[in-house]
Amino acid sequence: MSSPIKYALPLAAGIGAAAAVAAGADLGQAQKQATNWTAIAMFAIFVAFTLWITKWAASRTKSAADFYTAGGGITGFQNGLAIAGDYMSAASFLGISAAVMASGFDGLIYSIGFLVGWPVVTFLLAERLRNLGKFTFADVAAFRFAQTPVRLFAASGTLVVVAFYLIAQMVGAGQLIKLLFGLDYMYAVVIVGVLMMVYVLFGGMTATTWVQIIKAIMLLGGATFMAFMVMMQFGFSPEAMFAKAVEIKTDLAAKGGKDAATAAKEGFSIMGPGGFVKDPISAISFGMALMFGTAGLPHILMRFFTVPNAKEARKSVLWATTWIGYFYILTFIIGFGAIVFVLTNPSFLDAKGGLLGGSNMAAVHLANAVGGNVFLGFISAVAFATILAVVAGLTLSGASAVSHDLYGTVVKKGKADSKDELRVSRLTTIALGIVAVVLGIAFEKQNIAFMVSLAFAIAASANFPVLLMSVLWKGCTTKGAVIGGFLGLISSVVLTVVSPAVWEATLGNPKGSAWFPYTSPALFSMTIGFVGIWLFSILDGSKRAAEDKAGFLAQQVRSETGIGAAGASGH
Amino acid sequence: MDDNLVAKVTAHPKYQELKARRTRFGLWLTIAMLIVYYGFILLVAFNKPLLASRLGEGVMTLGMPLGLGVIVFTIVITAIYVQRANGEFDRLSDEINKAVLK
Repeated sequence: MSSPIKYALPLAAGIGAAAAVAAGADLGQAQKQATNWTAIAMFAIFVAFTLWITKWAASRTKSAADFYTAGGGITGFQNGLAIAGDYMSAASFLGISAAVMASGFDGLIYSIGFLVGWPVVTFLLAERLRNLGKFTFADVAAFRFAQTPVRLFAASGTLVVVAFYLIAQMVGAGQLIKLLFGLDYMYAVVIVGVLMMVYVLFGGMTATTWVQIIKAIMLLGGATFMAFMVMMQFGFSPEAMFAKAVEIKTDLAAKGGKDAATAAKEGFSIMGPGGFVKDPISAISFGMALMFGTAGLPHILMRFFTVPNAKEARKSVLWATTWIGYFYILTFIIGFGAIVFVLTNPSFLDAKGGLLGGSNMAAVHLANAVGGNVFLGFISAVAFATILAVVAGLTLSGASAVSHDLYGTVVKKGKADSKDELRVSRLTTIALGIVAVVLGIAFEKQNIAFMVSLAFAIAASANFPVLLMSVLWKGCTTKGAVIGGFLGLISSVVLTVVSPAVWEATLGNPKGSAWFPYTSPALFSMTIGFVGIWLFSILDGSKRAAEDKAGFLAQQVRSETGIGAAGASGH
Repeated sequence: MDDNLVAKVTAHPKYQELKARRTRFGLWLTIAMLIVYYGFILLVAFNKPLLASRLGEGVMTLGMPLGLGVIVFTIVITAIYVQRANGEFDRLSDEINKAVLK
């Protein structure tokens, strides 16, 4: 193993608070724990139940429409839970509660960033997506444009975002399972890969959606119980909980050799913003990536096609926003609960006062503290189920991009029959499953903290601008959308590679050598994307450009009224 | 969709009304969300002491209710849009659909 990575990991652990927040989506390196049979039994029950659902879903998955969109027969409430399930990954559950435990208020800033994109999705995209699209967001982006180039772009945008998100989830799965179940990393990654393939291959979107709904209910239920138990200890007084947490943080600082005044200051620091927002540019840029990235994540956008009409599409975002907001409030309470009940209990700590198993174990140890070993097993199983469900959703969205956008539209020019498309999506699912396992193993020892934020930055800089401009701006042309979209895609990737998180922490170049100084590229790469689309559209004097603009009126009528929209099919 | 139908919809006075109302409403709410979120972020970036200032005798700081407020605001503003869109806007669009598709 090369030295840079060895250097990066203790460094990340050493910075502690700030790193935990910045790396909220990373599960880090984990030590292997003793085999936890309760957790494994709970997880086995979950798997058995979801496989039974997959069997049921398989009997209903006959056409491409069933495979991609569950036949359009999901209700707004169900879809809201499924979207929330897609969004509440294990990384956000364990990562955010760990960040709150480490630095209090900063964890809240981070979770707010993940929430604020939802209204934007609702106001600008949800109903328009439902009215214009059928299976993938490319249906919407390419609605009035030349199909081949726009589909090529949309499929690239989808696959790149899915790839980074998938690597982060697979590595997270391996680390987490090593930690929670005491299984080898390799087994864990293979189990996730195989199960995910089974869900998607046989059950398509129906199974994926129901796995997601069940997991969302389990996660919300488990987190509610933990937060309730924590609040009960303080007579449901937030003030009492905060006061105790400040007292404990102050004591810890004093024990660490700080004088009384410094210790008090350090203890109280969890009640206000700390090192998370370094400079205003990084803060705004990162905020933009989270806010607009949400509106460009292909596996989320795809969910709007599973409901029968625009009304249900709107209901589903409202439910999703409500559940996700509620979930972040719970993780905040769980983080503070962990300060009080985990940091003070020697049985959860190692010799140096750190958490057994690494800092991301905050919520897991708290589960043990408030609910005993059985509840610990339950929460561990939920965490595993969470990763599995998210990975299944990602794979389905990647497979749709290949079969519907690349094969169905680019190769077969829209003349592929439903059976062929279905076969291609299943083959792609197998290929993606294998790729995910291989990448999961290849990246085991890498610092992958940047990957989820990169996925959001790409979604915000490539997918979102193209989608928004094609729907709202009459002057947008094929050439503008494709060139601008690719500029946003390339610039977000390049700027991430030359930022400190990758250039220094991952690639091991000396500190200070990163060419791009900010945490997130979104402020710049989104601007490049939008300006690119605008500039190359107005410069476009081709015959195709005239057709693109002429098509706007009909597109607008359909997006506003739903006349001609793809209905619930297959039932 | 054939051109005839498009022409019929766009000529309908309710269509112009629907388009204008929905676009304006969505735009205002988007701006409100941007102001609230980036206002919060700028406060974090430029005035950390304000957010860390105590509200009373205890440890409660201004930042805590404010942060929670942003979460609640996000949910409420989404609800406001969905309420109006699923009621008023959908009624308008149903009227248009009925008028042109008969």
